[in-house]
Amino acid sequence: MAEAVVIGEVSVPHLPRGVRLKFDKPRTQWVLLAPEKMFVLDDIALEIVKCCDGDSSVAAIADDLAARFEAPREAILKDVLILLQGFADKGVIIA
Amino acid sequence: MNKIEPPLALLAELSHRCPLRCPYCSNPLKLDAASREMSTQDWLDVIEEAAGMGVLQIHFSGGEPTIRKDLEEMVGRAEDLGVYTNLITSGVLLDRDRLERLAKRGLQHVQLSFQGAGMANGDRIGGFKGGHAKKLKIARTIGEIGLPLTINAVMHRQNMSELESMIEMAVDFGANRLEVAHVQYYGWGLRNRAALLPTRIQLDEATAIVEAARERLKGVMVFDYVVPDYYARRPKSCMGGWGRQFLNITPSGRVMPCHAAETIPNMKFEQTGSRPLLDIWRHSEAFNRFRGTSWMPEPCRSCDRREIDWGGCRCQALALTGDAGNTDPVCEKSPERERILELAHGESAADFPEFEYRSFGESA
Repeated sequence: MAEAVVIGEVSVPHLPRGVRLKFDKPRTQWVLLAPEKMFVLDDIALEIVKCCDGDSSVAAIADDLAARFEAPREAILKDVLILLQGFADKGVIIA
Repeated sequence: MNKIEPPLALLAELSHRCPLRCPYCSNPLKLDAASREMSTQDWLDVIEEAAGMGVLQIHFSGGEPTIRKDLEEMVGRAEDLGVYTNLITSGVLLDRDRLERLAKRGLQHVQLSFQGAGMANGDRIGGFKGGHAKKLKIARTIGEIGLPLTINAVMHRQNMSELESMIEMAVDFGANRLEVAHVQYYGWGLRNRAALLPTRIQLDEATAIVEAARERLKGVMVFDYVVPDYYARRPKSCMGGWGRQFLNITPSGRVMPCHAAETIPNMKFEQTGSRPLLDIWRHSEAFNRFRGTSWMPEPCRSCDRREIDWGGCRCQALALTGDAGNTDPVCEKSPERERILELAHGESAADFPEFEYRSFGESA
């Protein structure tokens, strides 16, 4: 049986096959298209998902976002972990 | 009324033909014969129009969509246009070659149905000998190719005892998702309701099994749970509201707000190609008939959930009250509620009749 995905600082998150990030033009929003589902991304979720390139660790993503948005790294890291774990539980992020 | 947003998804019923004869098929009683099916070019045009108007996902369905030899072409066109493609299949006509060709054209996901956990019920309920074994084989192949897989376990009173085994089976296939879908009572399902509708106790047991498995398998397999809402307090938000999110096109090209809408009398459905699809979506009488909230009677009209469940299901209102414009009678605010519960309790407690299997007997 497959193991449950647990997101931590060392995880390297990415979108699995069958999940796609797309700009939804008529509704001017970013969405994650997934099997028989779609998730509308707010600005924060979009920034985080865009960082999930299969190359960067969660720690690196938190560093990057903290620098770009001039925000405390701890707070950013917490948000990133919560968001990605939520998406992992829904099967739209793997690591 | 507010600006009408384009639909999110298109359910493309490519053909009503299917080797299986499930007695709860969501297709209408009057099936489209093969001779009335749209051509490849008609479908490719529909796909272009759908993509152009902002449809994000196309669900290729049927009947059995893989019965169409041109499925690859349609999947390819949709993917070229950036539309997410999903195949809803019984799996019995698929083999590795075909799946690989579909994957190569960009197919994103497969939803594979199961009628039971074992061959006995699987073949009996599907009305197709050898079907269950073929499904088992293709489920493995889908996993080997690496296509994301949802198992659709269709549940009712005659296979409810197999639910736990079906969950185990889906885990064993490595499925990403499991949709535990209690039969919905439209079309063939409505005709066979007395043979299918579970008792309240059976339903509660199934719900408990699903909730426990969902918790146990968190992060491993995602659950979708569709309940038979005869026992619910509030109706489902059918199709996310009439003409709000979904567009359904039948094999012969009728454009509909849902797959059961043809049961509603005095409803005129327009044909693909007769005018732009977006025009049909926005301006046709059928799509506007129950769109939004202005059509609603009381108790819906003043209900604080009117923009949550959108009055429930029009086809269910028709099937159970004789008028599609009534409040969905499974709602506890409906004056018909008690009668529906009595009907459900009575029917589900009685001995069940033989299935009347799906057939083209009444086809046009």
